[in-house]
Amino acid sequence: MPVSAGAPPVEVSEGSVAIGGRPILRGIDLTVRSGEFLALMGANGSGKSTLVRAITGLLPMTGGGVSLFGTPYADFRDWQRVGFVPQRASAGSGVPATVWEVVASGRITRRRPFLPLSREDRRAIAEAIDVVGLSERSGLGVSQLSGGQQQRVLIARALAGEPDLLVLDEPTAGVDLGNQRALADALATFKARGATTVLVAHELGPMAPLIDRAVVMRDGRIAYDGPVLDEEDAHGHHHPLAATHDHVPHVGSPLDELGGGR
Amino acid sequence: MSDFVDLFSLPFMQRALVAALLTGLAAPAIGTFLVQRRLALLGDGIGHVAVTGVAIGLLTNTSPTWTAVVVAVLGAVLIEVIRERGHTNGDVALALLFYGGLAGGVLITGLAGQGAAQLQAYLFGSLTSITAGDVWFTFGLTVVLLVVTLGLLPQLFAVSSDPDFARVAGLRVRLYNLLIAVLAAVTVTVAMRTVGLLLVSALMVVPVATAQQLARSFRTTIAGAMVVGVVAAVGGLLLSAALSFRATVAPGPTIVLLALAMFASTWPIGVWLRRRRRLLSPFPSVEVATHTITDEHPHEHGTDCGHPAVPHADHVDYVHDGHRHAVHGEHYDEH
Repeated sequence: MPVSAGAPPVEVSEGSVAIGGRPILRGIDLTVRSGEFLALMGANGSGKSTLVRAITGLLPMTGGGVSLFGTPYADFRDWQRVGFVPQRASAGSGVPATVWEVVASGRITRRRPFLPLSREDRRAIAEAIDVVGLSERSGLGVSQLSGGQQQRVLIARALAGEPDLLVLDEPTAGVDLGNQRALADALATFKARGATTVLVAHELGPMAPLIDRAVVMRDGRIAYDGPVLDEEDAHGHHHPLAATHDHVPHVGSPLDELGGGR
Repeated sequence: MSDFVDLFSLPFMQRALVAALLTGLAAPAIGTFLVQRRLALLGDGIGHVAVTGVAIGLLTNTSPTWTAVVVAVLGAVLIEVIRERGHTNGDVALALLFYGGLAGGVLITGLAGQGAAQLQAYLFGSLTSITAGDVWFTFGLTVVLLVVTLGLLPQLFAVSSDPDFARVAGLRVRLYNLLIAVLAAVTVTVAMRTVGLLLVSALMVVPVATAQQLARSFRTTIAGAMVVGVVAAVGGLLLSAALSFRATVAPGPTIVLLALAMFASTWPIGVWLRRRRRLLSPFPSVEVATHTITDEHPHEHGTDCGHPAVPHADHVDYVHDGHRHAVHGEHYDEH
């Protein structure tokens, strides 16, 4: 076990993120404990995706800081301990690739340049494909799969690196119930190994029984932190806590606010 | 015919063949990553910038090949930086360099007092005027290029297919993106003598598009693209040599047109393959709501009855005339 095994996988203190000068996230304090399955919820534009992008370092924090496994982000090098499933509509790209190839690319965190796959690498890749239940499809092109199956491929890719922390950005968006169940089964296997999960989700569906703790974002701040609420509490107009709501202009889609666009 | 065979004993023809072979290998290898990143036209942008490099070489009486390498690499880095900073769209950044490079090149060539013919050799290739030094230069760059692209294939694949994922996996995405741009620039200058700067992108992209028609994995796409590239480059050179007894046939355009012909001939096969894969992709394994038995069914389905057998949960459905028939004892069910 690594020395920092006891350190919390994710620790955000006084975190804030501004995009194009506009504050998006303010005053975020969040500690994810080892082995915890945390659901990050909230309406569209509440900042939940922005928060996971800040945690994974894709967006710079403008204030406060993130520590991963007890190491401040700037010094963190143990990227093989983190598995990330970005928000994507499909697993495909401009050139065809098979399920096995996409999942194998997740092993990149543990591979050295110019060296071929080791037997250990191949075992981890096969196991990751098996966990998401796509073993029989591993030779198929990813673009042949349905949207839900492609999400399972992306999760297998993150699992192939055998991470201790899995961060998923809306893997269930637009996925049918059968595939959501398969996703939940895969995450249950992952959780049973004692690993930590941060899941961004709009609705929990079959994932609900797995969740230890729910964090609800509202307008760039954490509005609720505790046991899972039902849908109405998380998305309805009734605020679960008597927290004050400050009137910062609502930003529907943060990146649109950048001058000049991308 | 004996004239054609005699061509191979000519040193310039042997050099041209080696150069064509190397270009055919190198261009599609890096081209695959450009297509994967949906930057198929990057090679074109770099090719136009390299025109200025060639012109600077002509003006300063240094080797146009080396000045082209330097300017093309600088241009590629500039395109990548503009694209990555995100202030301009990627395609607009490309367009700016397209026109700047070409205009600069033509202007400087004029200043150098060199005729259009001199520039023409670089714009559309002049395989048959390649020197032994050029061949060694091409050989060296091709080896470097193949070692880097094939050796770093897993890293380049991860970065090109999903940059966000690659960054969280700890890869230095910006560095790899720059590497791809620089490798593309090197390829452009390698292929400059073969097919010319204006057609170089064709040899980077068309073989990949051809291989994609038949392949479904990344590895077969890149390997197939390299095979197509070599066949097109060497075949185009031989074809133009064979035809040159009757008319003036330039090798560069012949190579590109041969590659396009290979694409055109595989395209219908690709359409058919994709249609068949769609037909045979499994039905979602949802419980069938009601047990509906087909009407009179004289035909007996089997593994070779000609109807697509599509996996559905624990059995197969035979598809014909808009029905899905599953074997159930003595009869067929409508699924």
